[in-house]
Amino acid sequence: MARVLVGVKRVIDYAVKIRVKPDKSGVVTDGVKHAMNPFDEIAIEEAVRMKEKKLASEIIAVSCGPPQAQETIRTALAMGADRGIHVEVAGAEYDTLQPIHVSKILAKLAQDEKADIVIVGKQAIDDDANQTAQMTAAVLDWPAGTFCSKVEHGSGELTITREVDGGLEVIKVKTPAVLSADLRLNEPRYATLPNIMKAKKKPIKKVSPKDLGVDTAPRIDIISVEDPPVRQAGSILPDVDALVAKLKEGGHI
Amino acid sequence: MIRVSKYISQTPKCLNKFIEINSRCLATQASPKTVKADEKKPAQKPAKESQSFTMNIFRGQLQPNQVFPYPEPLTEEQRETIVMLMDPMQKFFEEVNDPVRNDDESSINEKTSAALWELGAFGLQVPVEYGGAGLTNTQYAAGVEIVGANDLGVGITLGAHQSIGFKGILLFGNPEQKAKYLPRVTEGREYAAFCLTEPTAGSDAGSIKTRAVKSADGSHYVLNGSKIWISNGGLAEIMTVFAQVPVTDPATGKTKDKVTAFIVERSFGGVTNGPPERKMGIKCSNTAEVYYEDVKIPAENILGQEGEGFKVAMNILNNGRFGMAAALSGTMRSCIKKATDFATQRLQFGQRIDSYGTIQEKIARMSMVHYVTESMAYMISGNMDNGSQDYHLEAAISKCFASESAWNVCDESIQIMGGMGYMKGTGLERVMRDLRIFRIFEGTNDILRLFVALTGIQYAGSHLQELQRAFQNPTANLGLLVEEATRRATRAVGLNSSPNFSHLVHPELLESAALCAKSIQSFGQAIEAALVKYKRGIVNEQFILNRYAQAAMDTYAMAVVLSRATMSLNKNLPSAAHELLMAQAWCAEASGRVAYNLNVASAGKHLDIFSKFGKISRNVCESGGIVQSNPLNL
Ligand SMILES: Cc1cc2nc3c(=O)[nH]c(=O)nc-3n(C[C@H](O)[C@H](O)[C@H](O)COP(=O)(O)OP(=O)(O)OC[C@H]3O[C@@H](n4cnc5c(N)ncnc54)[C@H](O)[C@@H]3O)c2cc1C
Repeated sequence: MARVLVGVKRVIDYAVKIRVKPDKSGVVTDGVKHAMNPFDEIAIEEAVRMKEKKLASEIIAVSCGPPQAQETIRTALAMGADRGIHVEVAGAEYDTLQPIHVSKILAKLAQDEKADIVIVGKQAIDDDANQTAQMTAAVLDWPAGTFCSKVEHGSGELTITREVDGGLEVIKVKTPAVLSADLRLNEPRYATLPNIMKAKKKPIKKVSPKDLGVDTAPRIDIISVEDPPVRQAGSILPDVDALVAKLKEGGHI
Repeated sequence: MIRVSKYISQTPKCLNKFIEINSRCLATQASPKTVKADEKKPAQKPAKESQSFTMNIFRGQLQPNQVFPYPEPLTEEQRETIVMLMDPMQKFFEEVNDPVRNDDESSINEKTSAALWELGAFGLQVPVEYGGAGLTNTQYAAGVEIVGANDLGVGITLGAHQSIGFKGILLFGNPEQKAKYLPRVTEGREYAAFCLTEPTAGSDAGSIKTRAVKSADGSHYVLNGSKIWISNGGLAEIMTVFAQVPVTDPATGKTKDKVTAFIVERSFGGVTNGPPERKMGIKCSNTAEVYYEDVKIPAENILGQEGEGFKVAMNILNNGRFGMAAALSGTMRSCIKKATDFATQRLQFGQRIDSYGTIQEKIARMSMVHYVTESMAYMISGNMDNGSQDYHLEAAISKCFASESAWNVCDESIQIMGGMGYMKGTGLERVMRDLRIFRIFEGTNDILRLFVALTGIQYAGSHLQELQRAFQNPTANLGLLVEEATRRATRAVGLNSSPNFSHLVHPELLESAALCAKSIQSFGQAIEAALVKYKRGIVNEQFILNRYAQAAMDTYAMAVVLSRATMSLNKNLPSAAHELLMAQAWCAEASGRVAYNLNVASAGKHLDIFSKFGKISRNVCESGGIVQSNPLNL
C-alpha cells in the first residue's frame, strides 16, 4: 500500500473580495478569512479515497506557511489525513516563497517520509502558478500526472485520465509519481464536526526549510501589486439608433 | 413592614409549582465553581444567596457577577475550533439544505438528513469520546446561530433531538446510561425526543397522567399513557419520557404519585405514534402523538431518581433555553439583512426609502432587539460555561425576549419590503410562520413571565423573612440588622441609595448605567411594597406579576447591553461606536418602560383598569365570544 504525501496551501477564501494594500506591496491578508486551496481539498479527498479503498496506508498533509497554516493542516486531518507536517515559513520569507522552493521542500519530504505518491492541487487560487507538481516531479526525477480527472490503480502503476485542451488524455505512470488534482477529480467531503474534534489529537510535526536543507532565498522581487482596472460604468440606451451612434462615436464601427 | 414575610413563608401550593423550577440548574460542560460562603449568615436556615442578576433586582440590589464583565469563556483553541466548525455548517446550508423544499414537502428528505448526521450536527455537545463534537455552550450557541439564520424547521429537528431529547442523559445520566445511549444518538444516527406534554397537561406539566409502575421483582417498570405534540415523535428511537410513579415516602410511609424520568427505547415494544401533525410552520420538523402501551422499561433506565422527574424536566428545559436565543439571533440577522438590502435600493417618491424616518426607526429597533438578544444568548452561555448555576431566570427571559423580538423583527422586515415582503419568494413569510411556535413551546412566554416574577418575588420574600428572624435574635445578627437599617434609612431620607455601576461600565455609558441603577432601585421598592400590600395573595395577581416580569426583562436587558457595549468600547472594536448608540438608545427607552410598568402595577387608576379587564373577559367568556352585536344591531 502506498504512502501518500499531499500538499495543502492556506489561501484567502474564494468568497472574499480581495483588497490590495495601499502601498501596493501585496494584498490585505490580516483579518481576512482564509481556507484550504480548493484544488488541494480535491487532492486530500483523492488520498482519503485511496485509503478508504485500502490502496493507501498513510496520508501525510504538508503545508508551507505562517503559523496559521496549521489550521489548514487541521482541516486536512479532519478530512482524513493521518498526520501533518508544518514547514514554517513566515513574514517576508513567505511573501517571496515560490513554487520552486515548495517543490524542493515537498521533494525532500517525499524522500524522508518514503512517500509513494505525492498529490498537490493543480494550482493555488491566490498565485495561479500551476508549477509545483511539475517541479516536484522534476526534482525527484519521478513521473508526473498533471491535471488528473481520474486516477486508477494498477500494481506499481497508475492509469491517469488528464484534462487537456479539447478532451481527455489517458496515460500510465509508474509509481512513485507526482500527481496534480484537477477540478473534476472528485467532490471533496466536508470535514465533519466529530472529525474536526478528533483531528486535534493527530500529530503535526513542525520543521523549517533549513531543517530540510532547502534554501528559500527569494528568486523574485515584488515590484507592484495592482487592482485590475475598474470596469467603466455602463449605460442603458433607448434604442438601436442610439447604440449605433454611440458605437460610431467611440470609433468601434 | 417586616411582618409580611410571615405570609410569604407559607407559600401557597400554586406558587410552589412555579418555583419548584427554581432548583439550581446544572450546566453541561462545566463544573460548578465553589461559591464563597456568606460570612454574615444568621444562625437559622439562611436565604440562599443567588448570583443571579435578575433574582437580586427583586431586592433592589445589583449583583454584577454574572453580568460584568461580559463573559469571554472561549480559550484560543476553543475559538479556533468553532471557527473551523462553522465552515462546514455554513456549507451544508448553502449547498445541501433547501428550506423552501423542506417547508413545501413538510419533511427533511433522506439526503439532507443524512448530510446532517454525517456533519455531526445532531451531537454538538456530546463528548467526543461518545461520538459528538464536545462543544461548550458558547460554541454551541455559535453553531445554532447559523442554523437559525437558515432553517428553523431543521433547527427544531436538531434541537428536539439534542437540546431536549437526550439532554437528560447528558445532565443526569449515570456512566452506564451515557456509554450506552450517547453513541447511539450520535454515530448510531438514532433520533431522540423529549416526551412531556399530554392532552390534559401542557403548561401544567406536573399534572401528567402517563404512569409507570414497578414490577413486583423490581426489575422493570410498566409504562402506560400517551403524549401529544412531541417533536421527532414519529422518528425517535430513544425518548426521555416523563411519567407518574407511585413513590413511598420513607418518613411517613405514605405512597404518592411523583413524576419520574425514563429513557425509553421504541424497541422495548408497545411504543407507537400518530401521523405527523399538520402545522403553521416548522413544517419539516416532525411533530406527533406518542402512545405507550404496557411498555416494559428496565429498572436501570430511570433517569435521575424516582420522583425527581419534574426537576429533571425543568433542568433540561432551563439548560437549553439560551440555544433558542442564539438561534433566533441568527434568524433576526438574516431578516435584517433582507430588509436593509431592500431599503437601501428601493426608491419611492424619488428617494431611497431608508432615508425616511419611519423606515429608520424600524431598522434601528430591529437592530437593537437583535443586539439585546444576541448579547443575552452569549452572556448566558458564557456564564454556564464558567460554571454558573443561577441562570434560570435569565434563560427564561432570553427565551421570551428572543421569541418576541424575532417575531417583531420578521414582521417589520416584511413591512419594510411592502408587497415584496408578502411574496413567498422573498422567504420571509416562511420565517414568520416558523417563528410563531417559539413563543409557545418549551414553556409559553406567559408561563415563563410568571415564573420570572414569582421566583424573584419569592427570593425577595425569603430575604425579608431572614430579616424577621434576625429581629427575633438581634444580638446574634447585629451585622445584618445594621446593614438593613442603613439601607432603609438612606432610602427614607432620600439619599442616593441606587446601586452604583460606575466601576463596571465604560465612561461613555455612565448616564445609561444610571438609568439602569434607578430601575433596579425602584424595582426593589415596588416589590417590597407589593409584598406588604398583597402578602401571599400576590401569586394570584397576574396583571401585576406580568408588569413586574416585563420590568425585570427590561432591566436585565439594560444591564446586558451595558456590559456588551462596555466590552466593545474597551476593546475599541470597529463597531464600538455603533454599539454605544444602541446601548444608549436601549437604556433610555427601557428605563422609561420600567418606570411605567412599575407605576401601572401600583397606581390606583391602573388597578381599576385591571379589574375592568377581568370583568370584560368574564363577560366575553360567559357569552362565548363578543358580547354586543354590531352597530346596526344585526
Ligand atoms: C410544534 C410543537 C412542538 C412541540 N414539541 C414538544 C416536545 O417535543 N415535547 C413536549 O413535551 N412538548 C412539546 N410541545 C408542547 C408544548 O410544549 C406545549 O404546547 C406548551 O407547553 C403549552 O402547553 P399547551 O399547548 O397545553 O397550552 P396550555 O397549557 O393549555 O396553555 C394555553 C394558554 O394558557 C396559558 N396558561 C396556562 N396556564 C396558565 C396560568 N396558570 N396562568 C396564566 N396563563 C396560563 C398559556 O400561557 C397559554 O397561553 C410542542 C408543541 C408544539 C405546538
